Amino acid sequence: MPEIFSEGFFPNINLQDETNWATDFVRDVIIPRLPEAVAGHFSLELGTVLVMLVCAGIFVAVVPLLPLFLVLAERKVAARFQNRTGPMRVGPWGTLQTLADGIKLIFKEDYIPPQGDKLLFLLAPYIIFACSFAVFAAIPFGQNILVSDFNIGIFYIMAISSVIVMGVIMAGWSSNSKWSLLGSLRSAAQIVSYEIPLGLSILTVVMLVESLGMRDIVNSQSGGIFTWLIFRTPFTFIAFFIFFISSIAEVNRTPFDLPEAESEIVAGFHTEYSGMRFALFFIAEYANMFAVSAIAVTLFLGGYEGVLPGYDFLGGFPGFVIKTLGLVFLMMWLRWTLPRLRVDQLMNLCWKYFIPISFFNILGTGIWGLIFKKDDVWSIGISCVIIYVGLISAYAVAGRNLARKPEPQPS
Amino acid sequence: MDFTLKTFIFYGFALLTIASALAVVTVRNIVHAAFALMVTLFGVAGLYVFLQADFLAATQVIVYVGGILVLILFGVMMTSGRLEMRIHIERGQLLLGGGISLALLMLLLTVIANTPKWENLTDDGTAFAPTTKRIGELILKEHFLLPFEVASVLLLVALIGAALISRKEVRE
Repeated sequence: MPEIFSEGFFPNINLQDETNWATDFVRDVIIPRLPEAVAGHFSLELGTVLVMLVCAGIFVAVVPLLPLFLVLAERKVAARFQNRTGPMRVGPWGTLQTLADGIKLIFKEDYIPPQGDKLLFLLAPYIIFACSFAVFAAIPFGQNILVSDFNIGIFYIMAISSVIVMGVIMAGWSSNSKWSLLGSLRSAAQIVSYEIPLGLSILTVVMLVESLGMRDIVNSQSGGIFTWLIFRTPFTFIAFFIFFISSIAEVNRTPFDLPEAESEIVAGFHTEYSGMRFALFFIAEYANMFAVSAIAVTLFLGGYEGVLPGYDFLGGFPGFVIKTLGLVFLMMWLRWTLPRLRVDQLMNLCWKYFIPISFFNILGTGIWGLIFKKDDVWSIGISCVIIYVGLISAYAVAGRNLARKPEPQPS
Repeated sequence: MDFTLKTFIFYGFALLTIASALAVVTVRNIVHAAFALMVTLFGVAGLYVFLQADFLAATQVIVYVGGILVLILFGVMMTSGRLEMRIHIERGQLLLGGGISLALLMLLLTVIANTPKWENLTDDGTAFAPTTKRIGELILKEHFLLPFEVASVLLLVALIGAALISRKEVRE
């Protein structure tokens, strides 16, 4: 029996202050550089908290810049798909358009619906914003670019992102508008449903790696592209696609954007928001999009590990960002290509297809782990052959079904 | 007990938990009560982290905040038109409820009084050991396999029952 959750895989994170990296930094780097008179009175604990606050501050300052870029990218991609040029006026090729929009949003009136619930209305954007940012704390951007390496990393990410639903419900209910309430109920139902296939496909990865820690997951993929977890077994290959599609549903993007369907319910749960609060939702949405792509890269596409072992091609921090942005581009591509699903199609896809397939994946991964005790050339080779054959046959079946001409309608 | 930053954070979490729990039972608006419950559950998760039960803390957030509380809110929003409720309490209920609360309080106080080294739980110098493996072994290998299976069968029955009730019968 493969020993799931084996001891050696867990990094020994100590809650004691002595082994905290921030404390080490304060003790080894900061205190020796302080003037003699101050150093004696400098508290190690206070220094630790200050260092951690500065690191958190860096994140909170840098991550909003991400949507600044992503919103522009989205508009440019959309324009390309629709044979337009997109924003061109502000700055060279319209590159400063998002900045201009942001400044406009800051100066707009912050309207609070008088019939709504003021307290919850004000709180909701902060809950969503804080949760989408807390996720970034556990994402390993590079070998040493990781805020905190929890030993329950991926589980922590799931827990924090499940709280976003509460913010959505809060926003929708407190607005006292039927569009908002409908949007938030749709969103909650969707997120709660799609969390199940998402969690189950994460579980296949956790079973293979035998750890929940994000760094362990990446380290187990350090042997080049064929040790990336997506190619490790045929089941993780399927799990990757289920994970990715469910993530799109989790961040409420087309084809799963029923909670924000413009043609039906105005803008869903943030209909009544204006000014900076609306901007907070917007930033959170794009930060979320980046975060789920980054998680998909970490879990399945090697994280910060490169294509070849020992070489940095598509590895390290730049490689990680390139892979993540690739997935983000895929999301945009899907958004501007596919029509929106109906509610019943959405639920059918989740409950009748994704969840049974995910259970099959878990069973298959378990059996795979029993047959191949460890990952070697044989297991990965067999896995790649199965994936290849599966893809070819899926392509053939799909091609035959698509090529079949529809019956001519009687006129 | 020296007053370190850790105790400061601990009392912050404890205060958060107790204050929001009080809000849950005193606030009139039922949706506000539900959101106050969210804060309570978060506070309890924070206390779990202090007990070095990180897996339990994350589970607490996933199950209670992400699942059960969402269901409660769904129920509240879908069913009740009036949100402000005056609940009328009979004297007999008051006595019964007070008695049970008092008994619970006594039980908890006894446990607190009989727990050795109460304030040393995180400061006794032992390294923090990951709990995930131990929990997995206990549930799937050792003592708790039967209760675990019984609970899962119970949930399955509830699931099938819910599907049966909510399903419209189609007769053609």
